[in-house]
Amino acid sequence: MPTQIDAASLGIDFAHLAPEIILTLVAIAVVLVDLVARDKSVLAWLSALGVAMAGGAAVWLWTSDASGASYSGIVITDLFGTMFKLIVLGGTLLAILFSPAYVERRLARFHGEYYGLLLLATVGMMLLVSMGELISIVLALEIQTFALVALIALLKDEKSTESALKFLLLSAVATAVMLYGMAILFGLTGTTFIADMPAIVAERVADGGVANNLALILAGVLIIVGFGFKISSVPFQMWVPPVYEGAPTPIVGYLSVASKAAGFAVLLRLFIVVFEQAGLDALDWPLLIGGLAVASMTIGNVVAIIQTNIKRLLAYSTIAQAGYILIGVAVLGNGEANVYELATSGVIFYLAAYTFSNLAAFGALIALSPPNGNDSIEELTGGFSRSPFAAVVLTVALISLVGLPPTGLFVGKIYLFYGAVQGDLWWLALAGALNSFVSAYYYLRPVRRLWQSSDSDVATSEAARSLSLRASMAVSLIGVITLGIVPFWLISRATEAAASFTP
Amino acid sequence: MDALALQHYLLLSAGLFAVGLVGVLAKRNVVVILMSIELMLNGVNVALVAFSRYSPVDELAGHIFAIFIITVAAAEVAIGLAILLTIFARRNTVDAAEINLLK
Repeated sequence: MPTQIDAASLGIDFAHLAPEIILTLVAIAVVLVDLVARDKSVLAWLSALGVAMAGGAAVWLWTSDASGASYSGIVITDLFGTMFKLIVLGGTLLAILFSPAYVERRLARFHGEYYGLLLLATVGMMLLVSMGELISIVLALEIQTFALVALIALLKDEKSTESALKFLLLSAVATAVMLYGMAILFGLTGTTFIADMPAIVAERVADGGVANNLALILAGVLIIVGFGFKISSVPFQMWVPPVYEGAPTPIVGYLSVASKAAGFAVLLRLFIVVFEQAGLDALDWPLLIGGLAVASMTIGNVVAIIQTNIKRLLAYSTIAQAGYILIGVAVLGNGEANVYELATSGVIFYLAAYTFSNLAAFGALIALSPPNGNDSIEELTGGFSRSPFAAVVLTVALISLVGLPPTGLFVGKIYLFYGAVQGDLWWLALAGALNSFVSAYYYLRPVRRLWQSSDSDVATSEAARSLSLRASMAVSLIGVITLGIVPFWLISRATEAAASFTP
Repeated sequence: MDALALQHYLLLSAGLFAVGLVGVLAKRNVVVILMSIELMLNGVNVALVAFSRYSPVDELAGHIFAIFIITVAAAEVAIGLAILLTIFARRNTVDAAEINLLK
């Protein structure tokens, strides 16, 4: 007898995808408006409005008590996903506000494409953080990757296209490796739904013995390769420096925070549920992830010291920052429920503070760079006399990236290191602290340049006078300082979010 | 009893994947690298379909997964070739070793 299939029995509920649907419609609207609008600046405001509406919808969805799984468990609505959506949307909003002056100058032919692709990449990331099923995770991942590749290539000059090609090829290889891991996971469990996996995995490992255990470890390692690429951790960091150097600057800022946040969200969701709950002992999780963390921090920080190009410096900085965040992920394998919560909320807090800090740095960089500059650190000389506000923002952002008070990442680092100590991984906390000292050297070098007086007379760039750029710099600055001085609100939200999905 | 068992398909899958990976690492022509990535993805597809076919409940998810991977791979190649065309128009080369302005 044929079963009656209707929307309700499949759990189809469009409200659960409201933020993504809104953003997709706005992305389409942006491309259409581009065809008729004479004044292209309306596109930036339309996109910003769309992002704000999507953020509102995400918060409404959470507060209207619509939590839980829908679409037969494919879409998961919880505070954890909502927090990450807000981080991604915040990063997108700031990146959109950076853009008008830059797009006007460098991408004048591609206004519609630029904002449309930016919004579609964001849709991919938002889907990514709320998916509870492997096929959907892969699709969301590819939506964001393809949109990002097109954005990176949009300048169409030699550097931009070359970095886009490198990003695409490396990303495709990483995805293929990750898919192989997922295929093994599917073979072991017979399901693609993450929520169903722990029980089956535990059973298989219990009665299947060594072979299944090895297969599971192989699957785990292969999937880490895929996400290691997304979060730009060593040894999958090769794409970072070329892309940072070649891609449009606002896109680099966007890529550095939003894509990283989405990658960490899936990593946490997949690994806590599948590998941790299954009680897998054979894989020394803290050692594996902790090793990646230490390698990322050390290589990122040491190579950053010798950089002379500020965008490449920030590229190695982002590799190092991925290492700090991985400390939180490593702790997950090592402890009781309260350490779980501490580490997960630490990762969320750190990513939020990192979003503000890194975007403040990129915003200030757009404002301070001369129109036809080559992004060398020397160009920042005399920055304070040219644009005092941008110089202050960049200084605070870099101080935050070092992890000095009174900034958001100071609290974030203490939070993560405290989690590591609580989880009996004091060596990770020690490595993180030592690396922070090393990083002070190269982060503070551009700052010194800023406050020196300049001999040559460099004209203030057009961008520095852009209202939206100044507004977004101000917002980032306020975010960095606020999270450093009164972090309690976000800490309690992050703890709730961690509790909402850790078992 | 089938003459071919699950492990034969898994061997084929691992072989395809490995050939693709070697191609990606060893070849210099970007078009060939894209083809090698296709091989890796097809290795994944074989594994997925085989797991699906031999699973006790004849789970369909593997087949669906494979169809989605084929679609995604097509999109990937389309974007890759578009970028490659832009590069070719400027530099007249598709050699990965020569596309190295940025380290």
